[in-house]
Amino acid sequence: MSAETTPATAAAADASRFGVDNPAPVIEAPRKRTKKSPKTTRTNFELYGWLFMRLSGIVLVVLVLGHLLIQLVLDGGVSKIGFAFVAGRWASPFWQAWDLVMLWLAMLHGANGLRTVINDYAERATTRFWLKNLLYAATVFTVLLGTLVIFTFDPNIR
Amino acid sequence: MSTATLDKVEADSAASPYITVTFRVRRFNPEVSDEVTWQDFEVEIDPKERVLDGLHKIKWDVDGSLTFRRSCAHGICGSDAMRINGKNRLACKTLIKDLNPSKPITVEPIKGLTVLKDLVVDMEPFFQAYRDVMPFLITKGNEPTRERLQSAEDRERFDDTTKCILCAACTSSCPVFWNDGQYFGPAAIVNAHRFIFDSRDEAGEQRLEILNDKDGVWRCRTTFNCTDACPRGIEVTKAIQEVKRALITRRF
Repeated sequence: MSAETTPATAAAADASRFGVDNPAPVIEAPRKRTKKSPKTTRTNFELYGWLFMRLSGIVLVVLVLGHLLIQLVLDGGVSKIGFAFVAGRWASPFWQAWDLVMLWLAMLHGANGLRTVINDYAERATTRFWLKNLLYAATVFTVLLGTLVIFTFDPNIR
Repeated sequence: MSTATLDKVEADSAASPYITVTFRVRRFNPEVSDEVTWQDFEVEIDPKERVLDGLHKIKWDVDGSLTFRRSCAHGICGSDAMRINGKNRLACKTLIKDLNPSKPITVEPIKGLTVLKDLVVDMEPFFQAYRDVMPFLITKGNEPTRERLQSAEDRERFDDTTKCILCAACTSSCPVFWNDGQYFGPAAIVNAHRFIFDSRDEAGEQRLEILNDKDGVWRCRTTFNCTDACPRGIEVTKAIQEVKRALITRRF
């Protein structure tokens, strides 16, 4: 009985809640431009970020496709990959440099792309802040760990 | 002698051109409820008429409380941009026959701006972004005693972006603008483009500096929603890309 009457009374309360003198609150634009809006930064960070995405993308096409070709297709394919194979490649400074450049460019390219995705999709400022911190931490960790391994790799490790 | 022609005219006028079209309008009235409702209106209308005519019929003959903006009603003032069948258009330039009138025609306010009532939105953030790019001629030195002359080629350079009527169809179709409303939006960039590439204007550097900021042109994802939405056929995304190119060639 009470379950049936509840919606009706709720609707009646709803009808009386708003009127000409107390209109319902309108949904504000998520962050209307106000005095508190962030001031202009006057840096070229976004310009360089945009340019970096284009340039690193071109270089990565060569690096990543070359990498995949060598690792997965040529000379026996994926089955040849083992500790000895990696040790043999990293004996050459050329492949060390290739992997180092690929690591840095791919990580920064991906991180910058995800940064823009977070900027575009995270609606609340705190969500945005923490997601970006998580992203930056993961990026720095991966880049540093990868760099460390490439430079200190010991083929005689036991 | 001419009875055959007369008969044909009479037969044509006897056959009514009117069809019944359902308008599904998104209603919001803060003085009644904080909830949005969809309301259907059935209107007898000639398919060669426009959506705005349908809204007029509703407002004048059916429900006077339906609220929407329109000024000139001929596609110049830019007051009646709305989301019709999910696309931003001017109600005064959209013919019923182009919309598949056998199905209900949905009419909503444009997105990304605060809805004040029914189809009326708060345009202030949109105009704030417009004002921020300084959409007026800035020059140095003494004013000439006669008009500032310009070659036809120099005028052609920014001809496309002079067509903007500030209807907000592009800005409110932009998914980046929908997110937080901080992005300048296509319309502001189009109007900055109009002065940046004007040979008579001398504040292009300042405008480029404004659009170089983190909520400027670099947030554009080239989804082309703005170009699709523009009722004036401005190549909006191309204009934004030209501003980007100007920023990069200025720097390097």
